[in-house]
Amino acid sequence: MKDTVIVDEKQLIAKEKANNPSLLRTIWREITHDKMALGSLIILIIILLSAYLSPLYIDQEAQHRVNFLNVWKAPSAEHWLGTDDGGRDVFGQLMLGTRNSFTIGFMVTLIAGLLGLTYGLIAGFYGGKIDNIMMRILDFLMVLPSTMFIIVFVVIVPNYTVVTFVLIMSAFAWFGKARLIRSRALQERELDYINASRTLGTPSLKIMFFEMFPNLSSLVIVNMTLTLAGNIGVETGLTFLGFGLPSGTPSLGTLISFARTPDIVQNKWWVWLPAALLILVMMLCINYIGQAVKRASDARQRLA
Amino acid sequence: MAIYIVKRFFMMIATILIIATLTFFLMHSIPGSPFDEERTSNPTIQANLEKYYKLDQPTHIQYLYYLKAIVTFDFGPSIKKPNESVNTQLARGFPISAELGIVSILVAVLSGITLGTFAALRHNGIIDYGAMTFAVIGISVPNFVLATLLIQQFAVNLQWLPPATWSSPKHMILPTLALATGPTAIIARLTRSSMLEVLTQDYMKMARAKGLSPFRIVFRHALRNALMPIVTIMGTMLAGILTGTFVIERIFAIPGMGKYFVESINNRDYPVIMGSTVFYSAFLVFMLFLVDIVYGFLDPRIKLHRKEGDA
Repeated sequence: MKDTVIVDEKQLIAKEKANNPSLLRTIWREITHDKMALGSLIILIIILLSAYLSPLYIDQEAQHRVNFLNVWKAPSAEHWLGTDDGGRDVFGQLMLGTRNSFTIGFMVTLIAGLLGLTYGLIAGFYGGKIDNIMMRILDFLMVLPSTMFIIVFVVIVPNYTVVTFVLIMSAFAWFGKARLIRSRALQERELDYINASRTLGTPSLKIMFFEMFPNLSSLVIVNMTLTLAGNIGVETGLTFLGFGLPSGTPSLGTLISFARTPDIVQNKWWVWLPAALLILVMMLCINYIGQAVKRASDARQRLA
Repeated sequence: MAIYIVKRFFMMIATILIIATLTFFLMHSIPGSPFDEERTSNPTIQANLEKYYKLDQPTHIQYLYYLKAIVTFDFGPSIKKPNESVNTQLARGFPISAELGIVSILVAVLSGITLGTFAALRHNGIIDYGAMTFAVIGISVPNFVLATLLIQQFAVNLQWLPPATWSSPKHMILPTLALATGPTAIIARLTRSSMLEVLTQDYMKMARAKGLSPFRIVFRHALRNALMPIVTIMGTMLAGILTGTFVIERIFAIPGMGKYFVESINNRDYPVIMGSTVFYSAFLVFMLFLVDIVYGFLDPRIKLHRKEGDA
């Protein structure tokens, strides 16, 4: 008698699981049902693979070698996208730039996500006075003109490196996430499972990160996908202005910043135009994928 | 409402004060003095210069002078351009930046709402599809990329429009387009989704049943209710446009505030950096304050003096 009940329970759980597929599964189903998102995913994977695997087929040493006999050469069989002001291969710079820009955008999204998650969970979990104080601080942070402060920090930090740049950018990128997560955490803390866990004496940190967080994870994933494109945009924009990556670390913004004189804009388009188009394509792909991910997290909007 | 406004006002003052203090101590944590590069000056001149800019005083005295400068709105002379005060630079740059910003916001709000409304009225039609494709592209493309592409097409290749500066309406077209496209896309998307929601409400059926003209239904009944979310994002959009002007001014060589700010940062011209940072922040905080109050007037359901309940 007892055995059959257990079997039934297992079957029930299995059935329940089949009806409620995991988030990753839902996202995958949503993407494969949306032609734009699927196409975007394929294009993005191709771009990223060719960028991250570029050390296999591009001579990295040659990327840093300046060759004045070879400057501003138009695209040819040898240099697919010509050469820049130092005679360096633009295609190589483009791949290197894509790699740097994407890695940095990704790192910033990750660190900012972590900061926002921690802040939002703490505020939402405790609620009351702690929440009130933390939210007033957040109100203040949110009105800061962040681009301006990022620029000021970039200029004044001693020993400026890529790592410091990532940290500075992340420090100004988590405010919106914190607010979003806090509002969901506030709802979550009223639910029975949190109360039950608290009554059992589970440590608060454990409840926050191991019990509450899994239920907010879809929110976090959607938000991070949608902000990834934005963060890449901010990085390339700052580098374009000259306040981004340290010189010697090319970004897509570095290549576009060549387009400062009419001569280069018109006659030496191969230096900056591919980078501009590549940013556009990457951002479009990420946004289309982001939309699919967003739909996957909200059952009412799903196409699949 | 009055209590709320007063409370918000004091919060605004406090915010500006904290930003000003942060900026001051940030600037003072930079190693070295602004006169380091000019090795030509002898110690007496150096000392006189430092005295002139009050850099010989202890930090807390300098801080008091600085607070006085903010309250009286007189940021003193610039270090790199000694015959010009920070105020002159702000007075010259701000109207141009403000013009660029206001024109862009107007363009973004008007075209965004129009586009979003038509997209919602022709839901799943060609207009809807076209408008939303434009919106995704508009949200995706960073403004500096768009600006560069616009210059290449319309200024260099076709030679229809001037590629730089800010002297006639013709000069304003490209920078405005570059700055307004992103916000237009965001507003269009938001208007569309909130219009779609409003259009399914019962009172819309009621209005139609009463036999009101479609024009009247859309403008008087639907749009008015659908625009609330747009007021909500006006604050963040203002901030976005404000920082967007930095990049756009740089690309189009427009002599606005952004140009002076970037120049002062590169020159380490502390009075100008501090002056423009505080001015920018104060302006932004003030605009957000206005948006908050407008929101309070527009939507009587929101009890602004009790902010805890909002999610």
